[in-house]
Amino acid sequence: MDGLSIFPESASTTAGQVDALYTFLLVVCIPMTALIFAAVFFFAIKYRRRSDLDRPKAIHGSLTLEITWSVIPFLIMLVMFAWGTKLYFQNYSPPHAGTLDIYVTGKQWMWKIQHPDGQREINELHVPVGRAVRLILASEDVIHSFFVPAFRLKHDVVPGSYQTYWFEATKPGRYHIFCAEYCGTNHSRMIGWVTVMEPAEYEKWLSGGSAGGSMAEQGEKLFQQYGCVSCHIVDTQGRCPSLRNVFGRPVVLDDGRTVMADEAYVRESILNPNAKIVKGYQRDIMPVFQGQINEEGLLQLIAYVKSLSAPVVPPPSPAVKTAQAKAPK
Amino acid sequence: MSTLVQPHPFDVETKPNYLNVDYGWKSWLFTTDHKRIALLYLFSITAFFFVGGGFAVAMRVNLLFPDGLFDHDTYNKMFTMHGVIMVFFFLVPSIPATLGNFLIPIMVGSRDLAFPRINLLSWYIYIVAGIFTLGAVVRGGVDTGWTFYAPFSTTYSNTHVILAATGVFISGFSSILTGLNFIVTIHKMRCPGMTWSRLPLFVWSHYATSLIQVLGTPVIAITLVLLGLERVLHAGIFDPNLGGDPILFQHLFWFYSHPAVYIMILPGMAVISELVACFSRKAVFGYAFVAFSSLGIAVLSFVVWGHHLFVSGQSMYASMVFSFLSMAVAVPSAIKVFNWTATMFRGSISWDTPMLYAFGFIGLFTIGGLTGLFLATMAVDVHVTDTYFVIAHFHYVMVGGMVMAYMGGLHFWFPKITGRLYPETWAKFAALVIFVGFNLTFFPQFILGYLGMPRRYATYAVEFHTLNVMSTAGASILGLGYILPMIYFAWAWRKGPLSPQNPWKAKGLEWEQSPTPPPTFNFDHPPVVTEPAYNYAGDEEEVTHG
Repeated sequence: MDGLSIFPESASTTAGQVDALYTFLLVVCIPMTALIFAAVFFFAIKYRRRSDLDRPKAIHGSLTLEITWSVIPFLIMLVMFAWGTKLYFQNYSPPHAGTLDIYVTGKQWMWKIQHPDGQREINELHVPVGRAVRLILASEDVIHSFFVPAFRLKHDVVPGSYQTYWFEATKPGRYHIFCAEYCGTNHSRMIGWVTVMEPAEYEKWLSGGSAGGSMAEQGEKLFQQYGCVSCHIVDTQGRCPSLRNVFGRPVVLDDGRTVMADEAYVRESILNPNAKIVKGYQRDIMPVFQGQINEEGLLQLIAYVKSLSAPVVPPPSPAVKTAQAKAPK
Repeated sequence: MSTLVQPHPFDVETKPNYLNVDYGWKSWLFTTDHKRIALLYLFSITAFFFVGGGFAVAMRVNLLFPDGLFDHDTYNKMFTMHGVIMVFFFLVPSIPATLGNFLIPIMVGSRDLAFPRINLLSWYIYIVAGIFTLGAVVRGGVDTGWTFYAPFSTTYSNTHVILAATGVFISGFSSILTGLNFIVTIHKMRCPGMTWSRLPLFVWSHYATSLIQVLGTPVIAITLVLLGLERVLHAGIFDPNLGGDPILFQHLFWFYSHPAVYIMILPGMAVISELVACFSRKAVFGYAFVAFSSLGIAVLSFVVWGHHLFVSGQSMYASMVFSFLSMAVAVPSAIKVFNWTATMFRGSISWDTPMLYAFGFIGLFTIGGLTGLFLATMAVDVHVTDTYFVIAHFHYVMVGGMVMAYMGGLHFWFPKITGRLYPETWAKFAALVIFVGFNLTFFPQFILGYLGMPRRYATYAVEFHTLNVMSTAGASILGLGYILPMIYFAWAWRKGPLSPQNPWKAKGLEWEQSPTPPPTFNFDHPPVVTEPAYNYAGDEEEVTHG
């Protein structure tokens, strides 16, 4: 470890970009601070009081100066704002397709990770280098925050919702995962490691296998166990919408709204089915599962619902173009 | 009130003043004199400052070792109590309730605040609030962080959240009443000739502070009531398992708590304007810009709260607006810094202790302010938020800025308050110790933050060790730096040489027309103002401003 560096290790496509912006801020702000310090000390020495009878002439102000030192800093701040906003949108907008999705559940005080193929880890996350990875973040209890300094990215993990965190690792190695949002007693022990591996090694790691089958297979078991299957797949009476080819597609609701059937929608529809009713169906048919299924089980169910739908290739939106261009398929 | 140090009856000048008019305890606890109430506040917030500081020292000791020293729950309670006490029981009341309370009536040429009994009431409310919060400490503490984030605070923490939150809730009323009193006093109690454009900038800045106190504080009260309803009755406002939204809590909390940052720093700016003018013997450069930038800050402070939520899942477009507005609020602060610096140009600058603190304030507040831009820049904030970078940033503003100003103000008005002079050499030495200790404590934390050390960690990865040791070393120096003034102020209050009426040859009603120390009703003769503020040059004609 280089004890003198002011930059942590860099291991994601965005790390260098955040460092560049940070360097720009330093390059603007350090001379600014030096200027103020220098002016204060120069004046304090040059105009130090020589006699108690000194009565310097009053200078009441200068409109030109006031405008100058308001407008110029403001223009510089606009550059900071524009640059920071552009990079923020890029870093927080995952590519729409081609990501490797991994499911992360924060729980006092550990990170539980599920891979689509069924591998499960605690406080360890294995990912391949050079591929866009999308983490779907869920919390079992309080707010946590998933933070990998080497990626220069963090995102809060908020109970009751799914948050996403995406990155593309650039350098094999092991990097800290920290919980950055205070979450109780062992907050500072809610730490782990991301292991970034060469693709071949990663494949080897994946083939190490999983006990209970893929996430979708585990989800299918829950789907049967909770009785979902009787209505949502084999139903002949039209009580419930079929879940085939629903995920990732727009759904028309009975109040006329159209929503996207994403992870958050499926989650809400399991826990609180009456929140959004598909057009043509009735409320209060499906039981409420709030408090019945834990976050990991929900993620497995979602993986299963996803597997029932053919993948969707959405039209590229301008916000994610740059991100997509960099994400190899 | 055993800490209360009064001048000995035999050794004080015979002229009656607010201190020697009566020595009984009743004359203090039932006083309606704003100057005595200011002293009641001074002693209470000093006590809270040292309690909060004690927690800080304990935290820094824990962080000497990567594996910590105390168990995690203890550490979590220490940073929570440090935050709660320092924010709500020291920083918010600090300058307004002490120096503001003492000086505003004199500066506007009034014999007291508009509502003297409400002023006393606000001190009692503050004490009751403090008893609740200290009660929470004594009964085992709170571990939510001063931010009380839900659903941790509402559902998961099993510490004395309600007791501590009740203390904070009650203290809000004290803050509102003080703000209200100041607003009415500044509007209605100005003496003949004290026009708005002649008001000292100290008063302008407190006016802006008071507006925020009156408008913002009710929101934290509402938020804490909702928190209590959720915790006790499971109302389902913040906890998603009950149908609530945890992010709503953050919006409500920061809707008060970001403006509250300006409740804390604007009074610091108030003091600095007075110090820079007096010790440069010059009118403040751009009086109108400094005055109106305070109001600009007060208004903008209410529309920047969302910059605390850039990583919370808040809409990216909302974040964009908050980022822009947060940049904008930096402009009026920058205006002030430039104007203070320009005031020194061609002045007659003395290096007395209060001015040393003003130098410190300008430099450290600049660093604190500019690092605020780093946090307003969203892509950088994503990396550094919730790390030590944030801790360093707001301590540069709060301790490097606000506490420096407070110390500068205490030294500047010490002769006014006590009628005696403090030992200048010791004071200069203490100012230097505080400056060095402060920077050694908090500068390494900027680096720690960018390296990725999260805040509120009882234990940390070994690569952060060296910088943490530096920070703890600095904190030890800083702690000593704060004890020194306690000692020489206590000594000077009893034994210091008697002060002349106007030891700094300063302008302003409090020095020129009010005796030192002031009599109970502040003036021997009704004051009249015939010249602009800071007329150090002695110009006969009133100069029209910009």
